[in-house]
Amino acid sequence: MKNKSLLLYAFAYLAFLYVPVLVLPVFSFNDSQFIAFPLSGFTTRWYGALAGDSAMQHALGNSLKVGIVTALLSTMLGLAAARAVTRYRLRGAGAALGFISLPLFIPDIVLGLSLLMLLGAMGLPLSLAAVMLGHLLVCVPFALTVLIARFEGFDRNLEEASADLGEDGWMTFWRITAPLMLPGIIASLLLTFITSFDEFLVAFFLSGTEATLPIYIWGQLRFPERLPMVLALGAVILAVSVVLVICAEHVRNLGVKNRVVGA
Amino acid sequence: MIFLTVSNVSKSFGGPPVVNDVSLDVMRGEFFALLGPSGCGKTTLLRMIAGFETPDRGTIAIDGEPMNAVPPHLRPTNMVFQSYAIFPHLNVFDNIAYGLRKLKLSKDQLHARVEAMLATVRLDGLGNRASDQLSGGQRQRVALARALVREPKVLLLDEPLGALDKRLRETMQVELRAIQRKVGITFLLVTHDQEEALSLSDRVAVMHQGRILQVADSRTLYERPNCREVADFIGEMNFFHATVREIAGGSASLNAGLLGLVTMPAANLAPGIKTDDHILLAIRPEHVRFAASGVAGDIAASTFLGERSHFHVRIAGRSEPVFVSGSVAPTGAVHLEFPPEKLIGLPASD
Amino acid sequence: MTQRQGGFKQQILRFGLRWTPPFSDNPAAKGGDVADNGRNAGEGYALLTPTLVVMGLALAAPLALMAVTSLKDQSGMGFAAGWTLDQYGAVLGRASYRLLFLRSVAISAVVTLVTVALAYPMAYFVAFHARRKFFWLVALTIPFWTSYLLRVFAWKIILGYGGVINSGLMRLHLIDQPLGVLLYNPFAVVVTLAHAWAAFAILPIYVSLEKIDRSLLEAASDLGDSALRRFLRITLPLSMPGVIGAAVLIFVPTTGDFVTPSLVGGPAGTMIANLIEVQFNGVGNWPLGAALSLVSMAMVAVIAGLFVASARAAAKAAR
Repeated sequence: MKNKSLLLYAFAYLAFLYVPVLVLPVFSFNDSQFIAFPLSGFTTRWYGALAGDSAMQHALGNSLKVGIVTALLSTMLGLAAARAVTRYRLRGAGAALGFISLPLFIPDIVLGLSLLMLLGAMGLPLSLAAVMLGHLLVCVPFALTVLIARFEGFDRNLEEASADLGEDGWMTFWRITAPLMLPGIIASLLLTFITSFDEFLVAFFLSGTEATLPIYIWGQLRFPERLPMVLALGAVILAVSVVLVICAEHVRNLGVKNRVVGA
Repeated sequence: MIFLTVSNVSKSFGGPPVVNDVSLDVMRGEFFALLGPSGCGKTTLLRMIAGFETPDRGTIAIDGEPMNAVPPHLRPTNMVFQSYAIFPHLNVFDNIAYGLRKLKLSKDQLHARVEAMLATVRLDGLGNRASDQLSGGQRQRVALARALVREPKVLLLDEPLGALDKRLRETMQVELRAIQRKVGITFLLVTHDQEEALSLSDRVAVMHQGRILQVADSRTLYERPNCREVADFIGEMNFFHATVREIAGGSASLNAGLLGLVTMPAANLAPGIKTDDHILLAIRPEHVRFAASGVAGDIAASTFLGERSHFHVRIAGRSEPVFVSGSVAPTGAVHLEFPPEKLIGLPASD
Repeated sequence: MTQRQGGFKQQILRFGLRWTPPFSDNPAAKGGDVADNGRNAGEGYALLTPTLVVMGLALAAPLALMAVTSLKDQSGMGFAAGWTLDQYGAVLGRASYRLLFLRSVAISAVVTLVTVALAYPMAYFVAFHARRKFFWLVALTIPFWTSYLLRVFAWKIILGYGGVINSGLMRLHLIDQPLGVLLYNPFAVVVTLAHAWAAFAILPIYVSLEKIDRSLLEAASDLGDSALRRFLRITLPLSMPGVIGAAVLIFVPTTGDFVTPSLVGGPAGTMIANLIEVQFNGVGNWPLGAALSLVSMAMVAVIAGLFVASARAAAKAAR
């Protein structure tokens, strides 16, 4: 009884989550400029237009650049900090952790604007590098959270055992720590990349003339005739993200199997 | 021949010392146990020998070489961790081969060495097994093999059997002893299980609150504990207050309260006990006898343990019962006899 | 062992939301094993330093500059000499600003409440009743793998004058005039934000429900609790960390959200971030923008802090 009503609720909730998102692919294949029912026929011309839009390509390139650099840097910083607070007994570790997590408690608009003012005061131009710095701020707390969880589930005896078996710190890192942290590192890279790739507000203030993909999309929203193309872009992002997640999971499973078989 | 020397080692983690001025000599090829309740500092001592902790004071030497400045990965010791610390991403073979990388063996040599070790710990054919598909006993064997394959000068075992159930523990005890005889490596075992320490080891050091109380072979520890804590920790013991009246001609006479006047061999007194000292008389339950006359008491409780039974005998003027272990099963009012040659005199812990 | 199984799937899905606010009893904050002491502390600080430097540079320095600027007066393209509290006077004194602050907090509070309340049964279902948890978690997160902007914009399409609902309803002849009340009001902002931030509620709540030892529930039943009482006395209190985490995680960013009020809010749904944005991109009054930013930041922090503290006090009292 209760299970059944819960299940019903679950499906209703799922519908609430999916209906707005499905608007993107549905109208991206609709052969009309106007986003309204009834649908007027199937077309892929919006995808064609999208593929031919050089401004979009440029923005996509910028977003990939910023996303990849942000993901790598924030994961590296998160890794070092997570290791510091979980492996060492440090005075002030709690305060440091609080400070690093602070951006989670500050609205993004404040983060973006304060950086904008700093750049202005230092006479530095708005640029993708500035966007990266802002995204680092947003992403490091996420990376740290993921990686701390990982380190906490990590028996520190394993590293001691490695030292005991004759490996120095560096080799222990490569033979034990890195492989065991890998799932956490991948999770952190993915999460920070997606966060940066999708971030609008900070980039809005800091990107200057170099648009990232969300800035490009924001610009397109003002032109009704370009909407179906933007929806196509949203559908593509959705599809790529899903494939990416499935691939990551698949690769990880492969890795596990190989280890079991190979001696 | 002394092989491992611990001299005046102390260690604290900011509070009171966890290891307090400990000195210890372990012989080559010896199976040595550090026995004590949890928190007595035995694991910290072991970790200092392995190099994971640095002594605040004192020195540790193995085979004549001082170890204080040597990092863990360069010490001639290997450790079996309490959690076993089996590398979860490596299979059994790779776990065991982990520490052999530096030897730069050929593939065949490496294989032969690991296979031989697998045979020693009776895991033949399990090299390809993933580490998360091992039973508790198998994990223990992998941890042992991984440490032994490096042929350390001293093998350190931190509660190696603690995670196993009782039956498996007994089997592994026998095997551990056999393996130690076979490889001839010095084993240093840390345990809180007195039975394990007594049955496995050549000698045992009993630790309490960071200090070593007594170092002796199992029989001596049981029969001649040198203080109340050791007597209490190893087996069960009855204690009676007494005062020494005279020590002469190899025998001592004492005023032992409830037990009356007692004359016992002076050799049974702990060293340092003098006339007029207030001491503790100790006697094991199995040495107390039911008799026709003696100290009168009532059986308050009895536990049947198979070939023997355990009795709590209440005697007048004493709050705690006297523990008696025997094969006969009397009921109701009894008389207890305390054979003087089985009494031990220990310093009263004030 | 646990490393291999527990890890990746959940980690991706949790979206990094095994979430513990820094001011909670974070085990990591208490530092590592007893074993590491003074000798190694240097290494630890060395590992922590790069992150602290970057955060100091990108967070502390800009905020400090913002605080300094907020004490200035705009004068042409630059700032007037001397210091003043005028900006704060304006921020706190003008009724229209106060209204915006109030509305931002109110909308955000409603969004938080609605999102958490809607997500809880969902997370409860996945944690306790779903047969294929992994499937459900993937299904629940997929909608969030596309652009935030477009997820918000999708609601504009749905709620708009010529949008999906109106054109659909008219087609069905249920209405003959498009409904104008759907879009450009606080209601549209609430619906859109509740949708956009759903994952941030589901995942922390799911994680905290999943962590509950099932034998506790059996014990409660065994001791005579009905299903409802058991839920109120065991399940709900034990899942509070997830609820609190979710609430903070949603309240902070939605209060300062700019995109949603801009796209679907209309004049009645304008929020504080829109006002701040105008000071920088529109009228060019940086000191006022800085003061507005700092006040809203402080307001969010105080409200979130009070909320966490009172939730914990309530949890303690209930025990």
